[in-house]
Amino acid sequence: MKPVVIIGAGPAGIRAAQTLVAQGVRPVLLDEAARGGGQIYRRQPANFKRSAVKLYGFEARKAKALHQTLDTLREQLDYRPDTLVWNAEADALDTLHEGRAARIEFSRVIVATGATDRILPVQGWTLPGVYSLGAAQIALKFQGCAIGERVVFAGSGPLLYLVAYQYAKAGAKVVAVLDSSPFSAQVRALPGLLSQPATLAKGIYYRSWLSAHGIPVHQGATLQRIDGEQRVRSLNWSDAKGEHQLACDAVAFAHGLRSETQLADLLGCEFAWNPLNRAWLPQRDRAGRSSVAEVYLAGDGAGIMGADAAEMAGERAALAVLEDNGHPIAPQRCVQLEQSLTRINTFRKGLEQAFIFPEHWAANTADEVMICRCEEVRAGDIRQVVREGHWEINRVKAHCRAGMGRCQGRMCGAATAEIIAGESQRAVSQIGRLRAQAPVKPLPFGLEVES
Amino acid sequence: MIEVDAIIIGGGIVGASAALFLSKAGRRVALLERDFCGSHSSGVNYGGVRRQGRPLSQLPLSQRAHEIWGQLPQLIGIDGEYQRSGHLKLARSLDDLRALQDYAASSQGFGLDLQLLDRTELRARFPWVGDVAVGASYCPDDGHANPRLVSPAFAQAARRHGAQVHEQCAVSAVEHDGQRFRVSSQSGLELHAPWLLNCAGAWAGRLAEQFGEAVPMHAGHPAMLVTEPLPLVMNASTGVEGGGIYARQVARGNCVLGGGQGFALDAARARPGQQAVIEILRQAVELYPFLEGAQAIRTWSGTEGYLPDRQPVIGHSSTQPGLLHAFGFAGAGFQIGPAVGQALTEIICNGAPSTSLDAFSITRFHSISVA
Repeated sequence: MKPVVIIGAGPAGIRAAQTLVAQGVRPVLLDEAARGGGQIYRRQPANFKRSAVKLYGFEARKAKALHQTLDTLREQLDYRPDTLVWNAEADALDTLHEGRAARIEFSRVIVATGATDRILPVQGWTLPGVYSLGAAQIALKFQGCAIGERVVFAGSGPLLYLVAYQYAKAGAKVVAVLDSSPFSAQVRALPGLLSQPATLAKGIYYRSWLSAHGIPVHQGATLQRIDGEQRVRSLNWSDAKGEHQLACDAVAFAHGLRSETQLADLLGCEFAWNPLNRAWLPQRDRAGRSSVAEVYLAGDGAGIMGADAAEMAGERAALAVLEDNGHPIAPQRCVQLEQSLTRINTFRKGLEQAFIFPEHWAANTADEVMICRCEEVRAGDIRQVVREGHWEINRVKAHCRAGMGRCQGRMCGAATAEIIAGESQRAVSQIGRLRAQAPVKPLPFGLEVES
Repeated sequence: MIEVDAIIIGGGIVGASAALFLSKAGRRVALLERDFCGSHSSGVNYGGVRRQGRPLSQLPLSQRAHEIWGQLPQLIGIDGEYQRSGHLKLARSLDDLRALQDYAASSQGFGLDLQLLDRTELRARFPWVGDVAVGASYCPDDGHANPRLVSPAFAQAARRHGAQVHEQCAVSAVEHDGQRFRVSSQSGLELHAPWLLNCAGAWAGRLAEQFGEAVPMHAGHPAMLVTEPLPLVMNASTGVEGGGIYARQVARGNCVLGGGQGFALDAARARPGQQAVIEILRQAVELYPFLEGAQAIRTWSGTEGYLPDRQPVIGHSSTQPGLLHAFGFAGAGFQIGPAVGQALTEIICNGAPSTSLDAFSITRFHSISVA
């Protein structure tokens, strides 16, 4: 019999696995990382001995619980770490593990592929020393190193304050935090944020801690450019008072997160424009069922809601799998999970208000700013193609290569869409959706194939 | 209602070049494309601009196309990354090498200037070719181009010469009222013309059938992939006698490889599929050992029309005066396409093409019952 397969061993994938195992199902759990936990609860290498509290702060208990769940389940799972799912077809996934390609057929699949940073480039963003916020956090959490000695954190989103706090706590010199959202937006967002008082309290705590430790936090602050020759040397930012310069040797920046949706796309899921995420997302019902009967979606890969929601969505999607397979499930638990997810979504709406998307980014981005670093496509190159009459994003990609390189648009797709929308004077929802093409990540020549 | 001299259905390289040449000849043209011009097989093919290996019956037309390609920037305003790198057809066995020798002999006089290379000459001139090749046939003036840029540029050039180019404009009805064609689109366009050009690629069969000349066409989906940029190594586009992997390297350094068949997602979309991709990744390192360890970053496929003899249909309908067909290029229409557009233009403007199209008549299928 074909197994139930879970893609991704983060909060959603692990809870989904646990829920299936509890009903006597032995799922296959595929994970690209060497150790489960996902990005947020990423585990340090086995020979590193930092404590959970040191690594995960307030989230230590949750992180430990999740890791322990995976460790306990190991014998009851077909757990395959270090395994990239590079392609998906109707009823099969194609994997790559230590240079060997294999195919795994599934009866049902839970896609829990997580998220990466949403990048809105500025002049100089490709200089050594510039990282995404998520990458800066991984450097610290996984390898125990900082991205620089004098670091500026910029952009917006909850991760901005969290990572700045974690760096400062770890002893790094945080030069400043530049939040592109104005203070007024955060005040307006308060009613929504109050739906998750504990989470809100943590956010306020990080911010207050930074201020209390003398770290400048600027709001309504736009990162203008990053300068340096071999490496970051300084940056310019602006606010209502004018333009300012800061000396630094590293920058971490991002504007929130974006869902990793390529596998859902390759699996044939229908997508819809999601204004809250400002992105095309695979459609799902409250339980996580996609438009394709055998495909279920959970966690940030189907829309950004955070780790707590991912755990619940993973469990809920697994319950849907069980239900659709004819297992008896507790309907009360389903209702409970769905209600909690609804509450978190209210909070998420508040977060979007608090960390408002910088709508003016495209208009303010100069032609010479590199948008697609893989293919070295600048904003002006994209605009030129739009001026030639093209406006559909796949079409623009075909003409100027934006999104055509190694990352396949995972890093540059959102920014490319904003530039196209701005230049063609269309809403960003009206320029089409960047289609996913296998491989999801690069695939080596000369690989071995499992028969 | 729009009155024109010719309505062209299909904005691939054939339809768009017909639109360009007809416009240049002063004819009023409307080109209807269901999607975007050059976004299907004309835009996503391998990009080979090759005469070598074609059936002899195609060589006169292919040779004409070769001259048109030589004028590409003047014609469409961009170079389309076209380069006459040469085309190397590899033989993996002595039998295959003999087949290449036979082809070189029989194609003499068509201007291909083929050079046969034995193992030693092949190693000396193209040291990056793997040991599996025992010899090759080299066509020095064949080459490759970027289809994503070239095919849409034909449509753009046609537009600049006055052609109406309607994209995202699916045809909903075609009829002939005894005097002229009446074509309507889903978007509400209504066009009339004495000439109708069926350049609808893999989807052309339906229109042919409507006029009582069904053809046994099926769709094929070549698997394609591209590497990250690599140091420049390949100084020729390559293919293999008897089929297999074909590969070229673009100026930026990316290697484009094709081989095997993918599958259809629906009537319009296709994917290369895991099997074909893995086959390319495995076989390519035997033919091109420098690719060992390189990474494929993207794969794709398209939808191409194939007839049983792998020859296109080009020329007059035998049932409906004024209807011209040009489809079924069996994955080899990119190079020859502009010459086909020119030949169709000659039919309309001069009454007959200057290159014979007899081999491609649709009547060759009339005695075949189409299932």
